[in-house]
Amino acid sequence: MQKFISWIDDRFPLTKLWEEQWGKYVAPKNFNFWYYFGSLAAFVLVMQIVTGIFLAMTYKADATRAFESIEYMMRDVSGGWFIRYMHSTGASAFFIVIYLHMFRGLMYGSYRKPRELVWIIGCLIYLALMAEAFFGYLLPWGQMSYWGAQVIVNLFSTVPYVGEGLGTWIRGDYTISDVTLNRFFALHVAAVPLVILLLVAVHIMALHEVGSNNPDGIEIKKQPKDPKTGIYLDGIYSHPYYTIKDLVGVVFFLAVFFIVVFFIPDVGGYFLESNNFIPADPLKTPEHIAPVWYFTPYYAILRAIPSFFASQFWGVLAMAASVLIFIFLPWLDRGAVKSIRYRGGLYKTWLAIFVFCFLLLGYLGTVPVTVWGQFHGGFAEALDTQDRATWVARILTLFYFLFFLLMPWYTARDKTKPVPERVR
Amino acid sequence: MALKATRFLAALLWVIATAALAAEEGPRLLNAPTEPWFGREASLQRGARNFVNYCLNCHSAQYMRYSRLTDIGLTDALIRDNLMFATDKIDSTMTVAMPSSDAKAWFGATPPDLTVEARVRGKDWLYSYLLAFYRDEKSATGWNNLVFPNVGMPHALWSVQGMQKLIENEFEDREKAEAAAIAAKGLAVMEPAAGGKWVVKTVAPDVPGSLAGPQYEAFVADLVNYLDYMAEPVKHERINTGIIVLIFLGVLFVLVYSLKRDYWKEVH
Repeated sequence: MQKFISWIDDRFPLTKLWEEQWGKYVAPKNFNFWYYFGSLAAFVLVMQIVTGIFLAMTYKADATRAFESIEYMMRDVSGGWFIRYMHSTGASAFFIVIYLHMFRGLMYGSYRKPRELVWIIGCLIYLALMAEAFFGYLLPWGQMSYWGAQVIVNLFSTVPYVGEGLGTWIRGDYTISDVTLNRFFALHVAAVPLVILLLVAVHIMALHEVGSNNPDGIEIKKQPKDPKTGIYLDGIYSHPYYTIKDLVGVVFFLAVFFIVVFFIPDVGGYFLESNNFIPADPLKTPEHIAPVWYFTPYYAILRAIPSFFASQFWGVLAMAASVLIFIFLPWLDRGAVKSIRYRGGLYKTWLAIFVFCFLLLGYLGTVPVTVWGQFHGGFAEALDTQDRATWVARILTLFYFLFFLLMPWYTARDKTKPVPERVR
Repeated sequence: MALKATRFLAALLWVIATAALAAEEGPRLLNAPTEPWFGREASLQRGARNFVNYCLNCHSAQYMRYSRLTDIGLTDALIRDNLMFATDKIDSTMTVAMPSSDAKAWFGATPPDLTVEARVRGKDWLYSYLLAFYRDEKSATGWNNLVFPNVGMPHALWSVQGMQKLIENEFEDREKAEAAAIAAKGLAVMEPAAGGKWVVKTVAPDVPGSLAGPQYEAFVADLVNYLDYMAEPVKHERINTGIIVLIFLGVLFVLVYSLKRDYWKEVH
């Protein structure tokens, strides 16, 4: 075995790669619960690729047969239902894991110097993931697939001057059709996954170059090395320590994941929308079109922005900004410390406001505008029923952006605590 | 100062946000009886019989194969002799002979395929819907439905259920109407009426059918159980597999966790 590996090593840097990327990679030893989600994201990615390959074996990217081919998979292909539920649940699980992974970054300042590139590449992965989810969602060719895609592509049509052409260019037709289905299939199974895999590789390499942050926000590379072990005082080898710890995380994740897959694959219409069990009908617009839950915060922002100068483009701009603004975090944060453990009350309060806005906007994005704010009584009675929640969504949108825009101010004047030399 | 102001803002945001939390409105649905653990197959078999006899004339179930009914304890011979009227091939799917253009001309809309209807509507909706037909001389078919107003479908089960009539009661305000709708303990729909008043609509038996009230409810419950099964034939298998998988993962977790503890003992 040893001989075989050295034969390879003479021709390809196998051992070198392994040791640099994982085997001899030194990570802080104080990773907590929030540090499981990075490895889990990689795990879910692999799971989605593997289940996706099997789905592609029976799926028909054809407007007349797509819906049928999925029912075929669910009924006649042996184990097909299992693969399909793993993939559909995996899509939502991917976003849950990614949102928690990003929130970890917010809490412990993982985006700060010297990890700006790690963060930016991560944001790009998130964007690619959104594209992947959007293209994939058309494939079942149900009513929500069809009309959801219609709504999203129409967003591009609001761009001044080039909008019309842009929409037609994306669809390959004047409306969502078989042509669109075929190209979305190609993008979903080949193009975007390749981009995601490449970005993930770069994300991990960049991280292993600068080293991992930790819940204390201490740079372990600035510490002296332990004379006994020869590594940084608060460092530990990833292998076997984090290999085995992440394995515990994976098994726990799988338990939760399979509770959904086997017992509640629809999750009350949040993971699999009930209207998507109706085949796509270009002549019949559903009463209520809502994106899947992971897009709803941005959808609520889109709906909250009124049209100016007879154009809906402002809502689209706000929605785009609400996703892209994450990229600028490394330069918006002027705090003296990285981790929330040593931040003052200002940052903590603003982070709480942000999370609250994100979650509530997410909820508002799932309900139709007509039932928005059908709550009666209290001060809200002063506003017209339909306007009420629209106004709430506007206020939430404002605070969503203020979290970012005021960050240079409140992080700079926040009363931080001194950061200790060693991790807790 | 800045901190206090920020905290005040956060609290204010909380209060404002509660105004957005909405209660969704719709007809007050009945709860479909839960599928019995014992006698599940019998219920599904009765439901399959009801479905084939009363629904499959107009509605197709084009993704459902007759042969699949062996899932619910039927044999090929039983299926062939009792449930297959439109075809003689047991592997064929449940299609209907009625052309959809005719159906559209007769009912105003093509009757939807029912294979996955239970996943679209849910069991409670289907159960309520099938109990909510009433006579309405103003409609084209002579029927109307509390849960699905002005539905194009006539009451296909009328010979079984008999006929129901609509009962409307007017109330001064929303609160009183709401109280009455809850007190009705059955299907009740609230609608705003002129002058700020509210109307509560319910249905009541008028002309009896071949089955008495509770028997008809059981008939519909079986049918809904069947529709639910047909929408996802693997459901039972899925849940049973899930239990085994979770037990396995539970054991695996204990092992992996002990291994982790052992490795990390030496880390301080």
